[in-house]
Amino acid sequence: MRCIEERSYAMEKEIKLKGTKIKSSWDTKIFNGIGYTLVFLFALACAIPFYLVLTGSFTDEKWILTKGYSFWLSPANFSLEGYATIFRSPEKILSAYGVTTFVTVVGTVLAILLVTMTGYVLSRPDFPWKNGFSFYFFFTTLFSGGLVPYYLLCTQYLHFKNHIYALIIPGVFSVWNMIIAKNFMKGIPYELVESAKMDGAGDMLIYFRIMMPLSKPMIATLSLFTALGYWNDWYNCMLFISDDKKYNLQYTLQNLLKSAEFITKIAYEQGRSVASVPSESMKLAMTVVAIGPIILLYPFLQKYFVKGMTIGSVKG
Amino acid sequence: MQMRQKKTVPKRSFWKDVKKNRTLLLMLLVPVTMAFIFCYIPMPGIVIAFKKYNYMDGIFGSEWNGLDNFRYLLISKKLWSLTRNTLLYNIVFITFGIVTEVGFAIILNEMLHLKFKKVAQSFMFLPHFISWVVVATIMLNIFGDHGVLNQILNGLGLESYNIYAYENAKTWPIVMVALKVWKSTGYGSVVYLAAIVGISPEINEAAKIDGANIWQRIFRITIPCLKPTIIIMTLLAVGGIFRGDFGMFYQLVKGQHLLETSDVLDTYVYRTMMSTANMGWSAAAGLYQSLLCFVTINVVNFIVKKVDPDYALY
Repeated sequence: MRCIEERSYAMEKEIKLKGTKIKSSWDTKIFNGIGYTLVFLFALACAIPFYLVLTGSFTDEKWILTKGYSFWLSPANFSLEGYATIFRSPEKILSAYGVTTFVTVVGTVLAILLVTMTGYVLSRPDFPWKNGFSFYFFFTTLFSGGLVPYYLLCTQYLHFKNHIYALIIPGVFSVWNMIIAKNFMKGIPYELVESAKMDGAGDMLIYFRIMMPLSKPMIATLSLFTALGYWNDWYNCMLFISDDKKYNLQYTLQNLLKSAEFITKIAYEQGRSVASVPSESMKLAMTVVAIGPIILLYPFLQKYFVKGMTIGSVKG
Repeated sequence: MQMRQKKTVPKRSFWKDVKKNRTLLLMLLVPVTMAFIFCYIPMPGIVIAFKKYNYMDGIFGSEWNGLDNFRYLLISKKLWSLTRNTLLYNIVFITFGIVTEVGFAIILNEMLHLKFKKVAQSFMFLPHFISWVVVATIMLNIFGDHGVLNQILNGLGLESYNIYAYENAKTWPIVMVALKVWKSTGYGSVVYLAAIVGISPEINEAAKIDGANIWQRIFRITIPCLKPTIIIMTLLAVGGIFRGDFGMFYQLVKGQHLLETSDVLDTYVYRTMMSTANMGWSAAAGLYQSLLCFVTINVVNFIVKKVDPDYALY
């Protein structure tokens, strides 16, 4: 990314210097006109839904039902009722937050440890069975038994039902991340390992003291991706968890969407006023609560996410 | 003498190797066990596809029923419609994905206002970082009864449009493609942006001096230079062409009546597994999908190897 910026910056400077000499031609003007418009519109299309969710969550329920979602908040339609409803009985949300935070932190630490450790071993050129083990892991991405045997194994034999580790274990070892780690570590000069060995360091010590510190950029990126995966996970919760004390954030939101639909439908069928249940603003408030941390941390973490796309090419 | 050495060396060196690498092997213990439990043990479980599964007898105790499960899928025409949906959706996703990603990468690369570019890019990445559950709320916000779309339609004096109604099931493919593009374009363009930066600037400068305009530079230099990246990314995407995006289809599509145009293999496998007593149908569909995926990925890898061995998966 920095490379791109530097180059663009250089181009900008060049144009400024020669500004009088090279006038941007009509073609360039047309291209820029179209290009800037497209990018502007697309960026807007990406941003507006988030803005609408935010304003919607602060809008009065009756206003939404009669006049629809409004683009601007005003004292006339401002209301905290949506948030008040979801926090009226905060146990549910707090426990969901607790579950998601716990799973994200523990899962990410474990995942990074396992993934980098495997990547380290398989990146060691002196490890005699590196190809065999690489294929052993890689084959799992090529062929799988499918969902049914996996589900039966997890629920009937491993007793995953309603255990918090059912949310952690399935995502803890990603072969793709392992391959990224392996490729990154292959780029670290092997001489470092050799000289450390010469000094009497064991394989474990080399991993913790040499490979880990040198892999910081890769670890940062992989941690972010893993953490994001855990934070956004609802699939494992849907498969394995039926105890609502152990629901995570995304699954709580999914349930809320479903139940709100249900409530509105029932109320409508019974001819009652729907406005008594602030379902619309409540849903949006819950969404804001669920994505809040991501949006808040996003500006600081963005560069690592971008780096992640180009770090270690995906290759077995 | 030589003969004896040849015979004894490999055997001794294996145990020697194990002893020498014991720490490394120990470090592999947990991942290897996990892969074994979660990926290799379920593999023999595919026999469920050929059985009439019941919970009492378990996977291996249940009665065999030959190809009955597959026959059911074929006769009910499920297999055909699911395969068609999965395939068509993915083909459209891949095509639109490439066009928008490459297009935006080229435009972004030519941009000179860095502030604007940076802010725009930040917003374009944003949808990538939210789950499909959140996208489902956003969809409600736009297409729901009180959503933005109907507000605009009503404002223009037009009738409301209910996308969740049966007669509008045909709109779903368009909405799906739009949402997919919305969610993945910004982030997907990074790969191409990185590839464009890799093009040596001298080529462009030489072309400029020779009087090439911006369109010529894009179509004669940038896109040809991107061709290997585009081919590889497409082939890799084609490798997963029978894998539907479960999260997307499961979260967005609300209602049985919409499934004709928006049910894919993954959602069918899940729904059948959860709702009907016959695990066999679900397992059969799953096995069918696994085999198709396995074949396509191997074919694709074979082609990639021909195009550029560096990018081959294995």
